Amino acid sequence: MTRIIAPLIGLGFAFVLVLGLFGTITTASEPATAEHEFHLAPKPLELASNGVFGKFDKQQLQRGFQVYKEVCSACHSIHRVAFRDLADLGYNEGQVKAIAQQWTTEQPSTNPETGEPATRKNLPSDKFPKVYANDTAARAANNNAIPPDLSLMTKARPNGAAYVHSLLTGYGESPAEVQKEFPKFTTPDGLYFNRYFPTLNLAMPPPLASDGQVTYADGTKSTVDQMAKDVTAFLVWTAEPKLEARHTAGLASVIFLLIFIGLTIGAYKSVWRNVKH
Amino acid sequence: MSFPWAKHYEPKAPVMKWLDDRLPLPRLVYNAVGAGYPVPRNLNYFWNFGVLAGAALVIQIVTGIVLAMHYSTDANTAFDSVEAIMRDVNAGWFLRYAHANGASMFFIVVYTHICRGLYYGSYKAPREMVWLLGVVIFLLMMATAFMGYVLPWGQMSFWGAQVITGFFSAIPVVGETIRVWLLGGYAPDAAALNRFFSLHYLLPFVIAGVIILHIWALHIPGSSNPAGVEVKGEQDTVPFHPYYTAKDGIGLGVFLLVFALFLFFAPNMLGHPDNYIPANPLSTPAHIVPEWYFLPFYAILKSFTVDFILPAKLWGVLAMFGSILLLFFLPWLDTSPARTANHRPRYRMFLIILLVDVLILGYVGGAEASKTNVLIGQITTAYYFLHFLVILPIVSATERPKPVANSITEAVLKGKGGTAPAKSAIEGSPNPMPAE
Amino acid sequence: MASAENTVPPGESPRVHEDTIADPRRRDYLAIGAVAWAGVGAGVIALPLINSMSPSADVLALSTTEVDVSAIQPGQAIKASFRKQPLFVRNLTPDEINQANAVDVASLRDPQSLKDRTKAGKTNWLVTLGVCTHLGCVPLGAGEGENKGPFGGYFCPCHGSAYDTAGRIRSGPAPKNLAVPEYVFSNDTTIVVG
Repeated sequence: MTRIIAPLIGLGFAFVLVLGLFGTITTASEPATAEHEFHLAPKPLELASNGVFGKFDKQQLQRGFQVYKEVCSACHSIHRVAFRDLADLGYNEGQVKAIAQQWTTEQPSTNPETGEPATRKNLPSDKFPKVYANDTAARAANNNAIPPDLSLMTKARPNGAAYVHSLLTGYGESPAEVQKEFPKFTTPDGLYFNRYFPTLNLAMPPPLASDGQVTYADGTKSTVDQMAKDVTAFLVWTAEPKLEARHTAGLASVIFLLIFIGLTIGAYKSVWRNVKH
Repeated sequence: MSFPWAKHYEPKAPVMKWLDDRLPLPRLVYNAVGAGYPVPRNLNYFWNFGVLAGAALVIQIVTGIVLAMHYSTDANTAFDSVEAIMRDVNAGWFLRYAHANGASMFFIVVYTHICRGLYYGSYKAPREMVWLLGVVIFLLMMATAFMGYVLPWGQMSFWGAQVITGFFSAIPVVGETIRVWLLGGYAPDAAALNRFFSLHYLLPFVIAGVIILHIWALHIPGSSNPAGVEVKGEQDTVPFHPYYTAKDGIGLGVFLLVFALFLFFAPNMLGHPDNYIPANPLSTPAHIVPEWYFLPFYAILKSFTVDFILPAKLWGVLAMFGSILLLFFLPWLDTSPARTANHRPRYRMFLIILLVDVLILGYVGGAEASKTNVLIGQITTAYYFLHFLVILPIVSATERPKPVANSITEAVLKGKGGTAPAKSAIEGSPNPMPAE
Repeated sequence: MASAENTVPPGESPRVHEDTIADPRRRDYLAIGAVAWAGVGAGVIALPLINSMSPSADVLALSTTEVDVSAIQPGQAIKASFRKQPLFVRNLTPDEINQANAVDVASLRDPQSLKDRTKAGKTNWLVTLGVCTHLGCVPLGAGEGENKGPFGGYFCPCHGSAYDTAGRIRSGPAPKNLAVPEYVFSNDTTIVVG
């Protein structure tokens, strides 16, 4: 039975697929779009945390945190990170406490007397507060676009770190070829042209507009590219704070396993030495 | 035990004797994976993958139990709890990456195990039951992996749940009712997440149970072997322990090394960035794909694009389930008297084409649905079904296999490691005898 | 079909494993080494699995609590929360202090004076965990109108342990006095616990 029914089923599926094949051939190809033709893959980005032995450059993370604090944090939260986590960047307990105390956005709480919603100063044990109470408030304040939380940004986009850096440095006028090839393509009011953004038009205005926008305490020259790199490095840390521990553990594991493999090969040869196989 | 020369358990320590007299557990282990199980002496490294699959399951269960202690099964907090595991729980990042990459490793191992079975004809009589139970394990694994992927409640989790439960809505008349029943709502939400977690925790233990049946069924005829000839006598076998425990040790080391490289140095390579965005029921990611191990089946689903008697959607779902279910009939579709593809050159050619075909299906499953990709997908899907349901029955009935060595020992002594039949057996007389 | 015996070529023992076992095991140490090494690995892997069950970083970060005690009148107590456990802060009356000091410390099950259990100059502030040292119930006596037990301090309703005005165990099954957590007065009206 199987041998009669099976070929019939197989030929049945194949027949339907051949019908589909003709259907596919006769459909017109999707027309090319400006997004498809002009979207760029992110530029390669070298960071200290890259690679098998990668470690964070704490100076750079502190600079990146400064850029985040002075520029990005006006609209974007890093809600999955706690103030206490900043100790990883090399800040001591007092500095962390001060950063939490002085953070502009306060933690939501309740008024102990009236029970009404209120806010209080941040503590080191708090997560970074959300900038907007909810999505509706975020939309209302930002021309109908929600500024995403940045905690996981470098893991939530393909090639995330390079993407963030390229996006921050990739603003510009749309080149003439775009208009020539796709006359219908426009950048609407309130959107900004950026070839690293999938749809080419991005709701975020260029956040790093000019050199020297942030004054670094360590004297590093704050060019737009430098600031973009630093904040990217910081966002790699917010997304993957355990990266260094992971690399160290990985190295130890690989060495351990290589020794284990060596021992088992020896044991195997010893056990099988008199048996042809 | 089926082989009369299998060694019998003789407890050395008095405590083991005491235990064995009352509960013969030591004997059971001894006969299952100890010196009491005679195994063909010519197994190659592809025979490691059964043990490795067992190791992968153990890793998943152990890491999973600990992760479940920290995970929150609530649509509002599931994503946060996973991030808390990654950031705040001691070694939580290790557990979570081990579990996520462990699933991929499990599938790599099981796919290799299945390919070994296909190539060396391990599904053929008298081991049909081993194969059938194996396909059951594979189906359970797929269900478990899918439900596990939903648990972090990221964008891919959510839309994966939406799409996969959508398969059932293709069933005429009652489909939509079934889908709503499966989800406990009109879209994936709290109810779906809770039941997926419950089943995700349950199914691995069901898998472990079926694995015991799988090994039990294997021990009746004993392991197959690359020479394609059954064990004829004691000289053909060695005891599982220490011979194959030693060999599996090497395999285990290499497996763990590959696992460690992913876990520690590329933990997100096999995942998808969109799953680091919390689930948003109002916005579908631009390009949704399942985990890599489902991509070939996803390609089959996508390849049916025209209505013909049945709607295209139903064709796709039928074909996708059919592509796995047909494996249940494999032992009866393949009627060749020869066991391994080494002795069946024409079948081997088609089998290699199938392997390439499935790899292409995997690519198409993950690629965007451009015209070329759809075309490639339709051709490769057609080959998949034709291979198993048309080509295999015809080739196995018509191809005259090369002569097989008389025994494993002969294959070992004449061929290289038993993977190739003895030269004289290929060209020489149909029944070559070793010089006495 | 050749019989099993026929397929054994000359020089090849029919029991291949037997002569291995008969052989002296010169390189057995490799097998033992591999198994021992695997054991070490399993042990090292077990550590993070076990350690993951210890309090996580966010739990540890919550381990200090500030309590404002300005509103507590003498004779009153409040229940606060410290590390998810009840914390009793009690403003003792001079009478209660005298009662506590009148007890012969040596006669107690867990000998401690009130002075040992309070901060210098602040002996009227009794800060204890509200966890009975018997089996962890919350004793009564901190809330308004609750049963303070025969010794005027706290009374555990689960198994009848009675504590005095210094929170010391006086009768019942509990072995220890109510625990005094580490705390400091950050100013006259605020204590920081932990």
